[in-house]
Amino acid sequence: MAGIEVTTLHKRYPDGTVAVEHVDLSIGDGELFVMLGPSGCGKTTTLRAIAGLERQTSGDIHIGDTLVNDLSPGERDIAMVFQFYALYPHLRTRDNLAFPLRAEGLPKAEVEERVAEAARLMRLGELLDRRPHRLSGGEQQRVALARALVRRPRAFLMDEPLTNLDAELRADMRTEIKHLQGELGTTMVYVTHDQVEAMSLGHRIAILNKGRVEQIGTPLEVYDRPASLFCAAFIGSPPMNLIEVEVADGKLRSKSGLALTPPPNVPRDRSLVAGVRPEALEVTEPGAEGSVPARVVSAEWLGDEIIYVVDHGDQRDVRVRMEPTVRFAADAPVGLRHTGGPPPVYDVSTEELVA
Amino acid sequence: MAVSVDKAVSPGPVRDHRPPGRRRRGRGRVVIEVAVLAVLAAVMLFPVLWMIETSIKENRDVYAIPAKFFDFTITLDHFKDVFVASGGGPTTLSGSFLNSVVVAGVSTVLATVLGVPAAWAYSRFSVKAKKDQLFFILSTRFMPPVVVVIPIFLMYRQVGLFDTKLGLILIYTAFNVPFTIWMMKGFVDEVPAEYEDAAMLDGYTRLQAFWKFTLPLLLPGIAATAVFALIFSWNEFVFAIFLTSSDAVRTAPPAIAGLIGGTTVDWGLVAAASIVFALPVLVFSYLVRKHLVAGVTLGAVRR
Repeated sequence: MAGIEVTTLHKRYPDGTVAVEHVDLSIGDGELFVMLGPSGCGKTTTLRAIAGLERQTSGDIHIGDTLVNDLSPGERDIAMVFQFYALYPHLRTRDNLAFPLRAEGLPKAEVEERVAEAARLMRLGELLDRRPHRLSGGEQQRVALARALVRRPRAFLMDEPLTNLDAELRADMRTEIKHLQGELGTTMVYVTHDQVEAMSLGHRIAILNKGRVEQIGTPLEVYDRPASLFCAAFIGSPPMNLIEVEVADGKLRSKSGLALTPPPNVPRDRSLVAGVRPEALEVTEPGAEGSVPARVVSAEWLGDEIIYVVDHGDQRDVRVRMEPTVRFAADAPVGLRHTGGPPPVYDVSTEELVA
Repeated sequence: MAVSVDKAVSPGPVRDHRPPGRRRRGRGRVVIEVAVLAVLAAVMLFPVLWMIETSIKENRDVYAIPAKFFDFTITLDHFKDVFVASGGGPTTLSGSFLNSVVVAGVSTVLATVLGVPAAWAYSRFSVKAKKDQLFFILSTRFMPPVVVVIPIFLMYRQVGLFDTKLGLILIYTAFNVPFTIWMMKGFVDEVPAEYEDAAMLDGYTRLQAFWKFTLPLLLPGIAATAVFALIFSWNEFVFAIFLTSSDAVRTAPPAIAGLIGGTTVDWGLVAAASIVFALPVLVFSYLVRKHLVAGVTLGAVRR
């Protein structure tokens, strides 16, 4: 087991596209570290560089104390699980698991013992004598995971391993992976574009955009205080409402007059945007105390909650998350008020968190 | 008894809801279709049938007027004449067939050995100006061979490749490599790169990963591509007639064409030689027919 250090990673392809602009990561020993970002943000390229499948243009990668820049993937002592499971099609499950061990030249008895252990951990049992084409997607994924852990590598690299599964199975596998990682205590780097996956799995999350790291933090940190406008708009479903505000008589006020509790040390000399979570707003009867007049544009009944889209006279409509019992008709005149604590505030021009 | 969810929501067996009249019309249509297709097939296949007939007729039946369709004596003498000279020993025609086998076989093997790794590289690696390179490779197939035959002829005469099997092998390889690269790139694209990634993480080098995991999955594609290349080289006529002059080097297509001319034409011999020439292509096409279709429709459906 080992931590992973990525310093000033840069990857530029021969055709000129820059996949990774500048990435620094410090992944702790035994940590489940998630890289999250939209497609083309460089997360997979970073992962493949850690694996040794791509050679970085510049920058260093350490796994444990070893500088692995010039090591081949096989010498890095890591295991990877792919979105497409890449089980060898001509081998039965048992041999798929044993394959990397035989490649290492381990004695037969130990190979069998390790395969049995991995099969027990992933509950493969009767699947051991089947070939990949006779396994369902979920089963293939379990075999792929077992094949990764049979090696007892220093780190697991996961490249969107659950994307091809259906929603229900995905939730199950998520729990399974998290449980497994906790039990084995092996460092795991997990790449995904699914924020729910990232939030529920990660000890820490790195949000990547355009080949740069926008923010690294625990799921709660990332949710509560997104480090940039990009993160604010990326995390959360629906994402944060970005409301242009000014500081006026000790409050943050939007153009519509909506008042927000200001965080300490708000700079006064810049144009500001406040990031307000949908659950930090409230739709009220018109004229309720502290509310501004507004109008319901539409409502999405999701069963356990209602998402109201509300026009409060600002450029952009805001989304408000309400209890399913609070019902307003579309087009109804309502009030809108802020109920949460001080929201994070961003500078419009630099798009960075300022307070 | 409990009803499973699947059963409860299944729409039940699909019934034929068409009215009976409609079905009868369907059957009538089939009859017409078969009849039309049979006539078309007879027209299209007539030259082939006539060739087969001619090859097994005795000479006086071949030249008989009016032509004899059915009542002729069957003989295999013409086929014997293709291979065995009148005084015993092999004919020059049989030598030409051997030349064809050597030239087509070697050029196909060369094109495959060069083209498959190139296709793999173009599929897997990020190469500078990849699209332009691939277009350039394809563009060498744009012009008809006859356009370049004279410059090639002059060059070959200079470097001593004129009237050699090596010369033919080289030119056929040059024409088949672009085709192999394009065709095989499609097949390589279909094999997920993750197999190689996984093998590399298991400790293999990239080339080993290609050799051990990707190549076996490519074999059907390679077979189909090689058969196409083989058929091209086997059938090629223009270069063969321009770039050879001696019977020792001449391949079958110009040799068979050479049988026609002179004062009398031994049509039986021409037909028999043509059938012998056409057979290998038919057999190979039959063997790889599934892959030929796969090759043609490749990429039509995305994964």
